[in-house]
Amino acid sequence: MGNYFRNIWLGVWTVLVGMRITINHLVMRKVTNQYPDRYPDLKSLEEAKLVPTNSRNRLFVDKEDCNGCKGCERDCPVNCISVETTRVTPGDTVPLLRSGGKRNLWVTNFTIDMAKCCFCSLCTQACPTSAIVHTSEFEYSEYNRNDLVYQFSPFSPEEAQVKKDMFANYQAEQAAKKAAAAAVAPAPAATQENV
Amino acid sequence: METNFIYSLLGNNLLGYLAVCILPLVFLIVYALVAILGELKIGAFMQDRLGPMRTGPWGTIQPIAEVVKLLQKENITPDAASKFLFNLAPFIIFTAAFAAFAVIPFSPKFVPSGINLGLFYIFAIGSFAVIGIFMGGWASNNKYSLLGAVRSVAQIISYEIPAGMAILSIAALAGTLDMNEIITKQSGWFTNWYIFGGSGSALRILFLPFTFGIFVIYLIASLAETNRTPFDIPEGESEIVAGYHTEYSGMKFAMFFFAEYANMFVVSALLTIMFFGGWNSPFGDFMSGPIWAVVWFLGKSMSFIFLQIWLRWTLPRLRVDQLMYTGWKVLLPISFVCFFAIALLAMLK
Repeated sequence: MGNYFRNIWLGVWTVLVGMRITINHLVMRKVTNQYPDRYPDLKSLEEAKLVPTNSRNRLFVDKEDCNGCKGCERDCPVNCISVETTRVTPGDTVPLLRSGGKRNLWVTNFTIDMAKCCFCSLCTQACPTSAIVHTSEFEYSEYNRNDLVYQFSPFSPEEAQVKKDMFANYQAEQAAKKAAAAAVAPAPAATQENV
Repeated sequence: METNFIYSLLGNNLLGYLAVCILPLVFLIVYALVAILGELKIGAFMQDRLGPMRTGPWGTIQPIAEVVKLLQKENITPDAASKFLFNLAPFIIFTAAFAAFAVIPFSPKFVPSGINLGLFYIFAIGSFAVIGIFMGGWASNNKYSLLGAVRSVAQIISYEIPAGMAILSIAALAGTLDMNEIITKQSGWFTNWYIFGGSGSALRILFLPFTFGIFVIYLIASLAETNRTPFDIPEGESEIVAGYHTEYSGMKFAMFFFAEYANMFVVSALLTIMFFGGWNSPFGDFMSGPIWAVVWFLGKSMSFIFLQIWLRWTLPRLRVDQLMYTGWKVLLPISFVCFFAIALLAMLK
């Protein structure tokens, strides 16, 4: 019998507790963003912890920090990244990487097809210089699929061609030098080849 | 007693009758739109959402958009359904809900039909809806509809008894079943309301737990009778699709929907009349009179509508056995105890 009344009392009491919670929420600040009408201010959203700081959205590559190791290209499970590099010609003026390392490769072509990207974040983990990162930018839909292919090379195709030619010339010069040296002493070179 | 200003305005003729019939219907339509918006908005606010925001400023014309949508939708009658009963059911339910408006006194000067058995009439007509619900559920020839209808019948019949005891208590306290007279007996300050034991000696304070208890019992029973959460097992979406109105669409579904809101108002009005002094001002003669009476009456009723919406967005649905337990083992014995206590109070007066 005591249990019976206790049950009734608990029923009434818990309903009142629930009603207090809902009435509090009735007057609370609402969390809905009127998204397409009012654009969320991403910075303030991040500060308010409304966008997770580790959210994975559009990729960005720091051109001055990418050393062209192609780690991201190899790790990408959907092959959305394609990197093309060329060796730095000795004697060319080479700025250091932003992170302070020495640059051995020019990145002549770096494209990311965001239409293919699966946001797995493997590329950012593979990057030795943390040049490739996920931003919190999520509004980048396009009418043309090709517009989703992003170019992150520091060079235009012409400039890239200049760099490529420069290295090709250097290689040709080196080859010519080698040939000249080989002509002077052909015998050791031949033995080396045989080995 | 002159209870209807329209008859004195238009005369006791056909035009007068028509006006008297149409006025509550117009009110019901406007009220239903407000209540639908309230349901959407309050529900959203309680979940920290904003609710509808696109139709009109702050989504205020959303209910009109929904009515237009329902009007445009195709009326489907299943092939295997019993067509006559299937099409009849929504009208029976709505008629039952609307018929209760005949005796609701909006003001001392406006009762559509001032019969002296108002309370009894509402109680009788309220049970009528169950016929429509069962008719719709059975005629749909759908197992979910039938399950919902069976559940609804079981639920409404179980909860009629505690609700009847509450109404009986008020009848004992007031000594009449006439709505306007019940309200007149509660006139004066709010301490004369029947939730505080009505006017009379200070002895009534001792009976406060019983009058308040019978109020809570009627509130719970009325929630069950209108199939509102937490007693919405006849239309439990997660279990039986939509219960007795699974097969209905378009305007026929809208009739069910409309009837639910009409019923919500009827039970709110009944709570107001029986326990909260109806159209009486809570402060004696302050802001009283036929026009203010309408404001007080609607204000009190709307607070009960709000309470129903509030409960809906707070409580989860009861299980069938919990529902039966609450009805037969909790509400019924307590309502008997309260009835005897209130009958004693009525004798002491």
